[in-house]
Amino acid sequence: MTRFFFRHFDRTAIGFVATLLLIAIVVPFFNLAVPESSVFHIPTYLVSLWGKYLAYALLALALDLVWGYCGILSLGHGAFFALGGYAMGMYLMRQIGARGVYADPVLPDFMVFLNWKELPVTWYFFDHFGYALLMIVLVPSAIAFIFGWFAFRSRVTGVYLSIITQSLTYALLLAFFRNDMGFGGNNGLTDFKDILGFPVQAANTRAALFALTALFLALGFLLARAIVASRFGQVLASIRDAESRTRFLGYRVEHYKVMVFVVSAAMAGIAGALYVPQVGIINPSEFSPSNSIEAVIWVAVGGRGTLIGAAIGAVLVNFAKTWLTGTFPELWLYGLGALFILVTLFLPKGIVGSLSARVQRIKGSGAA
Amino acid sequence: MLRRLTLILGLMMGLIHFDAPPAHADDAAIILKRLATDNYGEIESGVTALAASGLSVSEAVLNALADSRLSYRPSDKEIFFKDASGKWIDAATNVVANEQPSGLKPVKMNNRVRRALDAALGSMTLLSPDPQKRMAAADAVFKSRDANTLSALDNVIAKESDAVVKQHFEEARAAVLILKSDASEADRVGAAEKLGQRGDQDALALLNSVTEANATANIVAAASLSAKGISRRLALLSAAQNAWYGLSLGSVLLLAAIGLAITFGVMGIINMAHGEMVMLGAYTTFVVQEIIRTKAPGLFDWSLPIAIPLAFCVSALVGLLIERIIIRYLYGRPLETLLATWGVSLILQQAVRSAFGANNREVGAPSYMSGVWDLNGFQITYGRLWIILFGLAVFVALLGVMKGTSLGLKMRAVIQNRRMAAAMGIRTPLVDALTFALGSGVAGIAGVALSQIDNVSPNLGQSYIIDSFLVVVFGGVGNLWGTLLGALSLGLANKFLEPIAGAVLGKIILLAVIILFIQRRPRGLFALKGRAVEQ
Repeated sequence: MTRFFFRHFDRTAIGFVATLLLIAIVVPFFNLAVPESSVFHIPTYLVSLWGKYLAYALLALALDLVWGYCGILSLGHGAFFALGGYAMGMYLMRQIGARGVYADPVLPDFMVFLNWKELPVTWYFFDHFGYALLMIVLVPSAIAFIFGWFAFRSRVTGVYLSIITQSLTYALLLAFFRNDMGFGGNNGLTDFKDILGFPVQAANTRAALFALTALFLALGFLLARAIVASRFGQVLASIRDAESRTRFLGYRVEHYKVMVFVVSAAMAGIAGALYVPQVGIINPSEFSPSNSIEAVIWVAVGGRGTLIGAAIGAVLVNFAKTWLTGTFPELWLYGLGALFILVTLFLPKGIVGSLSARVQRIKGSGAA
Repeated sequence: MLRRLTLILGLMMGLIHFDAPPAHADDAAIILKRLATDNYGEIESGVTALAASGLSVSEAVLNALADSRLSYRPSDKEIFFKDASGKWIDAATNVVANEQPSGLKPVKMNNRVRRALDAALGSMTLLSPDPQKRMAAADAVFKSRDANTLSALDNVIAKESDAVVKQHFEEARAAVLILKSDASEADRVGAAEKLGQRGDQDALALLNSVTEANATANIVAAASLSAKGISRRLALLSAAQNAWYGLSLGSVLLLAAIGLAITFGVMGIINMAHGEMVMLGAYTTFVVQEIIRTKAPGLFDWSLPIAIPLAFCVSALVGLLIERIIIRYLYGRPLETLLATWGVSLILQQAVRSAFGANNREVGAPSYMSGVWDLNGFQITYGRLWIILFGLAVFVALLGVMKGTSLGLKMRAVIQNRRMAAAMGIRTPLVDALTFALGSGVAGIAGVALSQIDNVSPNLGQSYIIDSFLVVVFGGVGNLWGTLLGALSLGLANKFLEPIAGAVLGKIILLAVIILFIQRRPRGLFALKGRAVEQ
């Protein structure tokens, strides 16, 4: 097991994981232990904001695993992210209990409002944290499995696959907007009170969630890294580079694709589950196709097929988004649009990909 | 209960007054005197009697009552009304009084009197010289089913020469008779048949209200037979209407998707900015209309014909620029092209938002686009008719370009085998550029049509892009017939699912079906067949 995780572990990877672990300890420390008057104090809202970035980074990592290493450009990964988020949101809704506006001990407010008398089957057991955790992983994986099974078996590839993944998330968007689906309609799930008994709004909980997100990002990175370095990962890369040839060599291409698609969807689901308590709301707009495409550009900016790059790209682009929408709201869409164009035209390997290529060149010339 | 009471009351009064011989001039004073009272019941019966009397003065008196211009002198029960110029006229003699008669009291009304008055006025307009008014009066009777009007109806039916109006009269009569418990069985059976001929929702409701409780077995049988006929007709009509809506939606999808089908077919790339080309076309229409409004309002009906070539040029030019600046560097990398064009679409949306504002823009409809053509219950709005014809025209024109021009020949060659085409001397980069411009231009034309049925806003393109993709993917790449079939079948399926499953659920079902369909035929309905492993 250890060998599986740490084989081919180079200095960059160690540095990345170490940084994440450091952040997981240092940021909560500066938030909680350093007094508010100090210059080094990190306010809680920033902790949540960066926690959100890290959740996005995990989503980007999941996307990079399928796009960067298997050539599957999914325009629907936001759907898996949102499904995980909804599973977490349902747990958090059940935790509200009688503290809701209508004070119903079992039914969430929106169900009382819709005049529902009993809990729909989909909401059973969501008051148990363990069950919610299971669903966070299981629901996105199951949908990814069914979808992938059909799509990859009939050899839907390239832009066709991209389009139908986009339709998938679009269909889910429409479905979750419906009130009678029982997931809160267009208002979604919000007004969370506490998670595992800790109040969601409290600084302690926020710091813990942040640390947890950083930790899961590190874990996700280790897992993805292990996958791509394994024999399995090498087959994935060969599928990406020459799918038909791989098939002719006797590999069951569709099995590999479904497998990696499911793992990636589960990772995206976990990212969504970490995202929701820090943001405090989940609604159907998370399913919107533009969100999923935006996630693709994070990966492209950081560098597809580099894993670290995907995470860095997600943080960078979202940081820029927060900054630009705050100071020049008009400019953000221009900026995002230009980013899509410029990165694909001039930086096809992304930031990390280009940097590591340069490093390789310097090393090569030094050796010669 | 109250309704039944009024009905019975009405019937009784109908019996009393309609069986009386037609009033003569001498009787005028007698009938009019009945209005000169404080008793609402008497006023009500007086109104009904007056309407049935056929007196020349009746209309003026009843209208005066409706406008509260009617008064009476309690001393001699003489009726006066004020005419438009404010002069008092003695109703019985039709003589203008020189001065305001003294001691007048207004004739008062309550709701029952008002109802009787409305019915009376309605039955009187049955005699109007204007056929449109007669028809409206007949329809009013059909709705009110006031038994008091029956004799008036019988009268006018005998006199009526206009066949259409006569039909309306007879239907109104049938509506009154069908539930009239004291009408003869033959009359009521005849009424049931008449209502069956009318064949709309109102007639169906009336026929369904005929039960054993209020009719004999023969009448019920006739009514249910007619009702069945109507139900069948209505079902057919609603199916036809759905098909029409589906066709209309399909032609919209065809317009939005056909440009995409060309660029996707020839270049193998997905142009995510295609929806924005549609949007640019719609905004071009808006600008053209604005200029026409300020400079030459008389040309407004020409705004669409003027906008079509302009929209084509605007979108084609933007498309050409996109191809030359961005896409040509990305050939062979379809996924990257997808991302770059998505970036273009974001920029175009934001640019339009900055230039025109985020709100919807009003694009007017020329006179020939508005109005409805009613084909015996089957309604065709001219706007939809034009869009369907326009969509088909664009399709035929593109088919002509593909089959009949040198560019089309080259495009088809590139679709079939790009490298072979290049080897034969076709300048594929030029074909690509022109194809992209053509596809974008067609999208612009689609925008002109969509501006007539949808909100013109920066998000216009976004709402069509996913549907257009599905059409292209469903129909198959590089085949215009596939796009036509794909668009029409998606439109029809959408509209037939809507009443069954609801708009949103219908759409979800459709998406699921298409996702499943692509599993069966990953290259669409009309896939190009070749021997290469990868296209």
